[in-house]
Amino acid sequence: MISVLGSGVAGLCAATALTEAGHAVELIAPGDAPAPASRLAGGMLAPFCEGEAAPETIVVQGQAAIGWWREHTQSFVARGTLVVAPPRDSAEIDRFARATRAHRLVVPGEIEPDLAGRFSRGLFFDTEAHVTPRRALVELREGLIARGVRVHGGAPSGRLTVDCRGLASADCLADLRGVRGEMVELFTREVHLSRPVRLLHPRFPCYVVPRGEGLFMLGATMVETADAGPITARAAMELLSAAYTLHPAFAEAEIVATGSGLRPSFPDNIPRLRREGDRIHMNGMYRHGFLMAPVLAMELVRMIGGMDAGGGDAD
Amino acid sequence: MFYDVDLHSRLMLGTAQYPSPAVLAAAIEASGAEVITVSLRREGAAGQAFRDLLRQSGRRILPNTAGCHTAREAVTTAQMARELFGTRWIKLEVIGHADTLQPDPFALLEAARILCAEGFEVFPYTTEDLILGERLIEAGCRVLMPWGAPIGSGQGLRHEEALRSYRAHFAGVPVVIDAGIGAPSQAARAMEMGFDAVLLNTAVARATDPVAMARAFGTAIAAGRMAFEAGLMPRRDMAVASTPALGLADLGPADLGEALA
Repeated sequence: MISVLGSGVAGLCAATALTEAGHAVELIAPGDAPAPASRLAGGMLAPFCEGEAAPETIVVQGQAAIGWWREHTQSFVARGTLVVAPPRDSAEIDRFARATRAHRLVVPGEIEPDLAGRFSRGLFFDTEAHVTPRRALVELREGLIARGVRVHGGAPSGRLTVDCRGLASADCLADLRGVRGEMVELFTREVHLSRPVRLLHPRFPCYVVPRGEGLFMLGATMVETADAGPITARAAMELLSAAYTLHPAFAEAEIVATGSGLRPSFPDNIPRLRREGDRIHMNGMYRHGFLMAPVLAMELVRMIGGMDAGGGDAD
Repeated sequence: MFYDVDLHSRLMLGTAQYPSPAVLAAAIEASGAEVITVSLRREGAAGQAFRDLLRQSGRRILPNTAGCHTAREAVTTAQMARELFGTRWIKLEVIGHADTLQPDPFALLEAARILCAEGFEVFPYTTEDLILGERLIEAGCRVLMPWGAPIGSGQGLRHEEALRSYRAHFAGVPVVIDAGIGAPSQAARAMEMGFDAVLLNTAVARATDPVAMARAFGTAIAAGRMAFEAGLMPRRDMAVASTPALGLADLGPADLGEALA
């Protein structure tokens, strides 16, 4: 038996991959545990776009996540990512193009008709995809239960513990810190987008992810603080102003929800597995939860396979 | 000397917008900067984890009041910075306009007066206005930090002649070019003009390779300073040959005869 602690994207991906590899798994998710940060994620599977700031390892490894999610959530959509910039910041497009790959220069209105006439140049990353995080998390959890995985809040009983508690694991991981993110959910029938759109801006870069049925997720700030309080007025103003720049009709959208959370992050902002005896940490997802959790989950399966082959302590 | 502190490196590096704290640490190391600036307004007291990583760099920390729009906000932020970092140094930045990020000279002077009176060692982010510079010195500032260009614009020394006058006017005061620097050549230019240091952030943080860019800036700033100290040749309108024209091999006997005539 392997005990997976935590039911955010890291824990659910780990438990799913282990179960699929034939391990007996229990998922420890106490009712009073903090809500996972991944609930608030954009759900973008955009390894190439992330390459703007993320190291090459995220770009290379993250590509594997696209196929994994295709198999694991009905909310999977493969329509690429569109990147645009306001006319006066159009130099940002060139910078972004230099820092990334697997894109082509497009007229944004030809990719997303609602943006016609608003932006003259954009970048299209046609191999990228996105999911709807809350749906994907529910589906993974239901999938585990359907396979007989026990989900409970009691003490772990496994021979191995896979610790995916996010920032709550800071009690064992001294170099884990929180990076605050804030987001807004909007509802409007006036704007139609069929893929995530990133708006480049030197000060407030932002993205809009369509969730269907007129819902849009607008994110996300990056602030080096462990303050998990509600969204600040400044963040809301910046995000909403960015949405308005993308399409003025967002000004009439309903603000359905706002959210703020802390991304568990290591100093290099690279998610990783870290083994300490019979506890394996899968943490530091930073802003790459949906992108890197499946990748680390597959690595975890290999790691445990190797341990079992070497150590011989069977289930 | 910046408030009685002697620095070997004349680069002051901002710490915002890097891909990760690890890249930031490597960039600081590569730049050779001995002073790093840190913002507080948005991060607040809960930004401890990031600040601890900055402290590990071992560099002198110059907290800043970036994001403050009034003298009151800037003073409160400076007081918080003093508590959190245990330093009297403060880079005083009071923004007058949210879009252009231009300093508000009136609020700047007001905040500088309050902070100097409270014993802070103030590094005021200012325009190149000479009278404002004088008033800041009257208020107790012993360093001035005129802008090169608007924050994050990468335009370099937008008013070079005005900055040249500024340098000459405040001959005995340490003057740091702060903001707007986009390329190492621009930073080197500022150093060749005799400025005491350059403070920058975006050009390094948002480079495709921030660590290499940090090294490029550190090297350019050192070169610019070295050139200033070595004494740059004056600019002339006419060519001045570095070797005598007489006796050049391509001068035939006839030409030579004419030249001698």
